[in-house]
Amino acid sequence: MTRAESIVVGTELPPLQVGPISRLTLALFAGASGDHNPMHVDLDAAKSVGLPDVFAHGMLSMAYLGRLLTNWVPQERIRSYRVRFAAITPVHGEPTCTGRVTHIEDVDGERRATVELAVTLADGTTTLTGDAVVAV
Amino acid sequence: MAIDTRVIGTTLPTTTLTIDRGRLRFFAKAIGETDPIYTDVEAAKAAGHPDIPAPPTFLFSVELENPDPFAFLASMGVDLRFVLHGEQAFTYHAIAYPGDELVASPRITNVYTKKGGTLEFVVKNTAITRADGTPIAELNSVIVIQNPGVKP
Repeated sequence: MTRAESIVVGTELPPLQVGPISRLTLALFAGASGDHNPMHVDLDAAKSVGLPDVFAHGMLSMAYLGRLLTNWVPQERIRSYRVRFAAITPVHGEPTCTGRVTHIEDVDGERRATVELAVTLADGTTTLTGDAVVAV
Repeated sequence: MAIDTRVIGTTLPTTTLTIDRGRLRFFAKAIGETDPIYTDVEAAKAAGHPDIPAPPTFLFSVELENPDPFAFLASMGVDLRFVLHGEQAFTYHAIAYPGDELVASPRITNVYTKKGGTLEFVVKNTAITRADGTPIAELNSVIVIQNPGVKP
């Protein structure tokens, strides 16, 4: 876990690389998250709207970014966390989660860092962007 | 198809989910979580938690416990096959643990269109509390509907 005094503007979080997303992962995430939208697990449903294949849940990638954060600081220090979903993640996509401290300020008697977050695929596509505020 | 803006301010039915360790371990497995505090009670206790914590984005699942969580969109005339998740935000107050009975209270806070109606947006705010009212988190979701039949 990161020591608070070592966190400054520009600090980069250790990146988190996730292996290729399999159909099994999508099936497990559908069940575990409760998101049963067929577009993520049922090829027939995807084809019915002209898509070539199913695609990953956006919240799966947001969960990976959450792992990036909790690998870096204890979860109880996360004050807020938000993302924008910029592109869909295809089956077999290989997300890499990154974060960088962009701002530090004192709020309500605690030192808080704003971390700029992104998920990118091996081909360079950015699928998620966002930020989190953590107590440091 | 344009969603009637009179739905802004609508309160949706609450949904309750009682968290258990098995569900949290299943979620941890699905997201590839390897930190033992999310699966092993002793590791969680050694890190200062009373039990294994619900990960930061698990709270999104509370509302999905509703038997038909997207009924509110269907009732607005939305074809669910054309729905995408645009944005998601969490503001945290406390960590949830196994045994917590979580209540999700959603409300539609905005509806708007872009690109001449080809894209419609529904914004939903959801408060997550314990059954006794203790605040756990506030969620904000932006849902995007891609209307295929509308020319910009």
